[in-house]
Amino acid sequence: MLIKKGAEANLYLEKWHDREVIIKQRLPKKYRIPQLDLMIRSQRTMHEPNIIHKAKEAGVPTPTIFMVDVVEATIIMEFVEGKQVKEILDQVSSEERLHISHLIGKMIGRLHKNGIIHGDLTTSNMILTPYGKVVFIDFGLSERSKELEPNGVDLHLMKRALQSTHYKYAKECFKAVIKGYSEVMGEEKAKKVTTKIQEIEKRGRYVAER
Amino acid sequence: MSFGGAKNLHTNNSADSYCLGIESTADDFGAAIVSFEGKVLSNANDAYMPKEGGIHPREAARHHAEVAEKVLTEAFQKAAVKPQDINLVAFSQGPGLGPCLRTGATAARALASYLDIPLVGINHCIGHIEIGKLATGAIDPVTLYVSGGNTIVSAFEAGRYRIFGETLDIAIGNCLDVFARAVGLKQRRGMPFGAVVEDLARKGKNFVSLPYTVKGMDLSFSGLLTAAVQAFQSRQYSLEDVCFSLQEVAFSMLTEVTERALAHTDKPEILLTGGVAANRKLQSMLEAVAKEHGACFCVVPLKLAADNGAMIAWTGILAYKSGIYTPIEKSYVNMKWRLEDVYAPWVEG
Repeated sequence: MLIKKGAEANLYLEKWHDREVIIKQRLPKKYRIPQLDLMIRSQRTMHEPNIIHKAKEAGVPTPTIFMVDVVEATIIMEFVEGKQVKEILDQVSSEERLHISHLIGKMIGRLHKNGIIHGDLTTSNMILTPYGKVVFIDFGLSERSKELEPNGVDLHLMKRALQSTHYKYAKECFKAVIKGYSEVMGEEKAKKVTTKIQEIEKRGRYVAER
Repeated sequence: MSFGGAKNLHTNNSADSYCLGIESTADDFGAAIVSFEGKVLSNANDAYMPKEGGIHPREAARHHAEVAEKVLTEAFQKAAVKPQDINLVAFSQGPGLGPCLRTGATAARALASYLDIPLVGINHCIGHIEIGKLATGAIDPVTLYVSGGNTIVSAFEAGRYRIFGETLDIAIGNCLDVFARAVGLKQRRGMPFGAVVEDLARKGKNFVSLPYTVKGMDLSFSGLLTAAVQAFQSRQYSLEDVCFSLQEVAFSMLTEVTERALAHTDKPEILLTGGVAANRKLQSMLEAVAKEHGACFCVVPLKLAADNGAMIAWTGILAYKSGIYTPIEKSYVNMKWRLEDVYAPWVEG
């Protein structure tokens, strides 16, 4: 059953060996030429399970991978029960909202500390489980790096996602994210990253000083 | 901007109310007359053409000052409207090049105070979106706004046009321009660099691998630009093939982020606007994506794609009708005015 027609891939919820699984298939995009299309799809299909595994080692909950088929650009993985953070962040109490944001910050900290850049940190890519864990999904645009720049870009994306989707609470949420982040990364490193974020924001073509 | 209590607006919604729009953010100086019901009566323009290199802000501003009278006269004559019949003056207040913006703003202030009619400062980016909506009938689109100065994916949410994705470094139009200059291409009047590259790309067949950089919904073109120039300079590939590959990669990136924003927002339409919207290849790629998602694909007509006065006039009318105007003492230009900083009450009606 198709549950999500994403920009990049289709997600199907299927029964597979008596198990509820998510099948993520990167379908060919007709708008781009086959060489480029194949390159993008197969690279992302190989890359994603690898980095999901690295995230687990870093202590960040991610779905279990059952199977990878590079030719078909398909990944079969665990169906994570819970709610998208996007759906619930504006609904919950402010205490809960800050708690979730703080937890997200900690998880991002663990990723970055281990040289993992998620690459698409939006609240639709985080699932809050009934057990209170935040599971990170969709590592399709992730990369390995320990440099300051990608750390900044990654968190800048998170900030932008909060501003565009949860504009009412963006400020307080991002503050809580940064708090959790600094707890893991250490004050000094976190400070460097937040300074970087400001620099990135100013780099945009038309940005007023903020 | 201020709200409420505007003066001197005798008629509010009729065909005999007119707005003069002045556009001068970059290389174009434009003036247009648009009626309050949304009819573009004239859309005059004169573009600054640098002898070499890119836009020199001071030179461009000098050009604007020189042609202002001619372009304004043409706008009034073509529309067959007299200056004293105008009810509103709109000008692009930002973002853009300071000296250029100031030239347009000065003309706008002078006219508004001489005619004793209200003035409204307009955000240039919103102008591109609103004229696209007016011309295509799009109501609530995901907009891809691509030009020499901007690359933005935007959609309206809660009172503002929010930015979902944008370039982290240079704009796509800038990328194409600089590439074209670096490989020795020449532009002509009516044939900007983008069109020259598009022409050559059509003759390209072999795909040269170039860096594809998408970060979430944001994009980066600077690495792609460098790699494309180097690919040409290596003499291993024909110019046609490099143009073809540059377009394929850059436009695939743009299409991917637009699709991402569409999937994220569930909007019913894609609107393509700005100068680079004239590119057929980009149009066809976005059209394919719109089709796949059951969304409507709208593209701004060619004559309204690049910077123009009509988009400023029309957005001025929308803003003014919802009670927004700009007192002269607050009409200073804002070179870094962000799209999402503008409260747009006219959109939700």
